[in-house]
Amino acid sequence: MTANTAKADTTLLADGAGHGGVPVVMSDLSRTFGAVQALNQLTVEIAPGEFVALLGPSGCGKTTALRILAGFETADSGSVTVNGKDIAAVPAAKRDMGMVFQSYSLFPNMSALDNVAFGLRMRRIGGSERRRRAGELLDMVGLTEHARRYPHQLSGGQQQRVALARALAIEPQVLLLDEPLSALDAKVRLQLREQIRSVQQRLGITTLFVTHDQEEALSMADRVGVMKDGKLEQIALPDQLYAEPATAFVAEFVGTMNRLPGALEGTDRVRALDTVVPVHGERPPGGLREVDVLVRPEGLRIEAVPGGNGIVTDRSFLGSVSRITVRLSGDLSVKVDHPSVDSGGFAPGESVQISLPGAPVLVAERE
Amino acid sequence: MAAVTQARASQPAGTSAGQVRARRRSYPVWRWIILVIAGLYFVIPLYAAFQFTGWNAFGQVFSQVGFSDAIILSIKLAVITTVLTLVLMVPTTIYVHLRLPAIRPLLESITILPIVIPPVVLILGVLDISPASLKGTPYLLALVYVVLAMPFAYRTLDAGLRSLDLKTLVDASNSLGAGWPSTLWRVILPNLRTALLSATVLTVALVLGEFTMASLDQYQTFPVWIVNFDQTSGPVSVAASLFALFVTWIFLLAITMIGSRRARRLGGGQVDLVTVTRQETGETR
Repeated sequence: MTANTAKADTTLLADGAGHGGVPVVMSDLSRTFGAVQALNQLTVEIAPGEFVALLGPSGCGKTTALRILAGFETADSGSVTVNGKDIAAVPAAKRDMGMVFQSYSLFPNMSALDNVAFGLRMRRIGGSERRRRAGELLDMVGLTEHARRYPHQLSGGQQQRVALARALAIEPQVLLLDEPLSALDAKVRLQLREQIRSVQQRLGITTLFVTHDQEEALSMADRVGVMKDGKLEQIALPDQLYAEPATAFVAEFVGTMNRLPGALEGTDRVRALDTVVPVHGERPPGGLREVDVLVRPEGLRIEAVPGGNGIVTDRSFLGSVSRITVRLSGDLSVKVDHPSVDSGGFAPGESVQISLPGAPVLVAERE
Repeated sequence: MAAVTQARASQPAGTSAGQVRARRRSYPVWRWIILVIAGLYFVIPLYAAFQFTGWNAFGQVFSQVGFSDAIILSIKLAVITTVLTLVLMVPTTIYVHLRLPAIRPLLESITILPIVIPPVVLILGVLDISPASLKGTPYLLALVYVVLAMPFAYRTLDAGLRSLDLKTLVDASNSLGAGWPSTLWRVILPNLRTALLSATVLTVALVLGEFTMASLDQYQTFPVWIVNFDQTSGPVSVAASLFALFVTWIFLLAITMIGSRRARRLGGGQVDLVTVTRQETGETR
């Protein structure tokens, strides 16, 4: 990665290769709005060309982080560097960041082509060159035949594709995606997800993506940061995040998680379902002994045993696995994933034995 | 978050359109009866006035002493007032929407004041405190008319801005490298066109019809001239009134046509006589 590749004056797509990415470092960012601490010493480093997603519930500060990077908000403390340079003093209009917004942000008074060409016009690029490049980008998102249409004549998905082309037209150093898919219906969302990812990889552009949808984050990003209350809980590869969540919050926010009552034995072991298993990750505060054990549906063992510790209440087919809901006692139910080929014995009403196979588990304060 | 605001902004419009449509379907007979009654209410006085004047009086209007001076003064005042009003109110409204949305209710109550205060009080107060240099020119009237037009301009622009997702558009424009002048000129104003037209129509109509203040300031604007002339020749004066009415109509129609041609192209925010009058009555109530 060198600085000059980012602003190479060749066309974006001529050779199909990216123009390289720049490293982005946000360090110790804090921001309060009145009494609300939106960001609390957030640090995220994004490698050149990397696609990082910030994932979290609404109000966790992910959008504030993105808006600070874009230059729409300022941090109370902390710094943002792009390609090694502190950009605190650079206004949004001069930051060279392409942004796709959650709501439809196309200029209603301009055609799709003029929308895409807007950033080039602001950079004083001549009319014919501008139209040619805007045309290329519309082609890239598959909307060449809609170039003359106005935003209200385009579907939601098409509008967001134009918005993506518009953000990329300025050959930005960084691409910012602020929940760009959340206003779209499920099918379009899926297509656009793949399209954004493939364009991002082709251009090799450093990208920050903000979303509350874990599936989107896990499927699109190279690394996913999970945020809570203005802090980064964990940032890791999607599979790591799922398999080795660092905190109970991450564990329950990403994927499905069962909670089982358990009792700590010492600090490193916990007893649940009459089995003692090792504990990993954080311990609940205050040295509590009574805890909840967190286990994924595929982390529980299920056997058809007459007089077992649970009764099957539901079974749903998810393809290669079936998800079986088992009532253990009273209002305590767990979900267990089991290969569909031999889930025949787990019909609702059957008695089963649920157990822990012995792998390390996370524990959390009892709810 | 932005999507939520957008949905909230667009929802009332959608609902009311739906409701109107439903009402029309369910009460077609009533609709026609009301239309006919209202139509008669407007047409009968016009017809009576026309009977009174006859065609000849129309021909005489243009050659009357002071006619052209009065109409030129009124048009001048209309242009100055409109320009001043827009230059003052457009940036103010945009700024309040973007940066100080919390003070919108306050601004709404401030802008309603010129309607609440009787024109007589307003003009006597202004004449009392205004410097002599201004008192000698008719342009003092333009300044007072700006105050009078403020409620209409503010409400119209406010409605126009509310129908846009202004914050997102401005952010998008900024992120693409546009500074404030470009954002205002290329992004905000073109999308406010309908509201700007409505504000213009209302301001111009207000200036062309204002009598009290102009009369107390002792300048012969068109309405003042009509009243003064009334004392010498009844039919010609009524013909002048009708003429003024038709000019205003033609003016409104022209703006409506420009507005709806644009609206067809963009598919949003249509201007027509109904929306203009609805806004007008809605604001004054």
